[in-house]
Amino acid sequence: MKARVTVTLKSGILDPQGKAIEGALKSLGVGGVASVRQGKVFDIEIEGADRAGAEAALKSAAEKLLANTVIENYRIEVTG
Amino acid sequence: MKSAVIVFPGINRERDMARALKLMSGREPAMVWHADRELPAGTDLVVIPGGFSYGDYLRCGAIAARAPIMDAVRAFAAKGGLVLAVCNGFQIACEAGLLPGVLMRNAQLRFICRDVYLRVERSDTAFTRGYNAGQVIRVPVAHGEGNYIADGETIARLEGEGRVLFRYASPDGMIDPNWNHNGALNAIAGIVNEHGNVLGMMPHPENHVEAVMGCTDGRGLFAGLVDYFAVAA
Repeated sequence: MKARVTVTLKSGILDPQGKAIEGALKSLGVGGVASVRQGKVFDIEIEGADRAGAEAALKSAAEKLLANTVIENYRIEVTG
Repeated sequence: MKSAVIVFPGINRERDMARALKLMSGREPAMVWHADRELPAGTDLVVIPGGFSYGDYLRCGAIAARAPIMDAVRAFAAKGGLVLAVCNGFQIACEAGLLPGVLMRNAQLRFICRDVYLRVERSDTAFTRGYNAGQVIRVPVAHGEGNYIADGETIARLEGEGRVLFRYASPDGMIDPNWNHNGALNAIAGIVNEHGNVLGMMPHPENHVEAVMGCTDGRGLFAGLVDYFAVAA
C-alpha cells in the first residue's frame, strides 16, 4: 500500500524559509503569490493490505517521529 | 564529578566538551556511544554535546532524540541526575521531551558563528552557582537553528518559575533585540526543566575555558558543577 504523510507548520508559527521562498518568487516576477509556507512530504510504502492497520502505523510514525507536534500538523493519506 | 558525554554520529563538539570537563573536574569523562543502552555506573553528569547529529536530517536533533541511549538519559534525568545539553544537545533534549519548546531556524535565516553576551539570570542552581545573578558572560555560538520558541503557556511557566537561566543580552546586560542574534522568544538562550536538573543552552561554554581561547567566561558553569558535587559528596 502506498501512503503519504504531509507535515506542515501550524498557523501562527513563523516560517522564515517560507518567507524567503515567497520573496524569491516575487523577485522572479511570479504574479499573484500572496504567501508561502514550507512543509514536508513523506511517501511511505506499507506492507500488507490492512488499511486500518496501515493508518494506525502511519499515525504512530507521524506522532513519534515525522512531525514535532509542538509546531507542526500532519495529514495522512493512504492512496492504495 | 563523574561525567558522561553522549556521542551520536555527526556530533563534532564532543572533544571540546571532554577537554573542558577534564580541565575543570580533573577527571576524564566517559564517552558513551548512542547505540549503548546504559550509562556508566556512578555517572554524576550527562552531557549531550553540540554538532550536527544525523546531519540535521528531518529536524535538528529529531533522530538522535530517538537513539537507544536516550532511554537511559531520560531515566537518569527522571531520577534527578544532572544533564547539560549544549547546542545540538539542546535541540536533542527538546526533541526527546526532556525540555519544552523547539529551536527553530534563526530569524535571519543565517548560520551564526561568533561570540555573544549572555546575562546569567540566577545563581542559585547547580549549573549557574559559579556566576552571580545578573552577571554578563561572553560565550561563542555556532548554530543555524537556535531560535527558541514554545507556546504562550509554556513561556509563561518558564518565566514564572524562573527557569530561564541565560538570555542573550548586550555587553552591559540589557535585553535588546539588536543583541538577540537568532530571534529567540524573550531572548532565551538557556532553560532548565521543571525540576531544575536538565539545562539546555545554545551557546558553547566549553569553548571559553582556557586562556588560549581568548576568554574564560565559560569556566564558571563547569566550576559551579564541580563545586556542586564536591559539596554534595
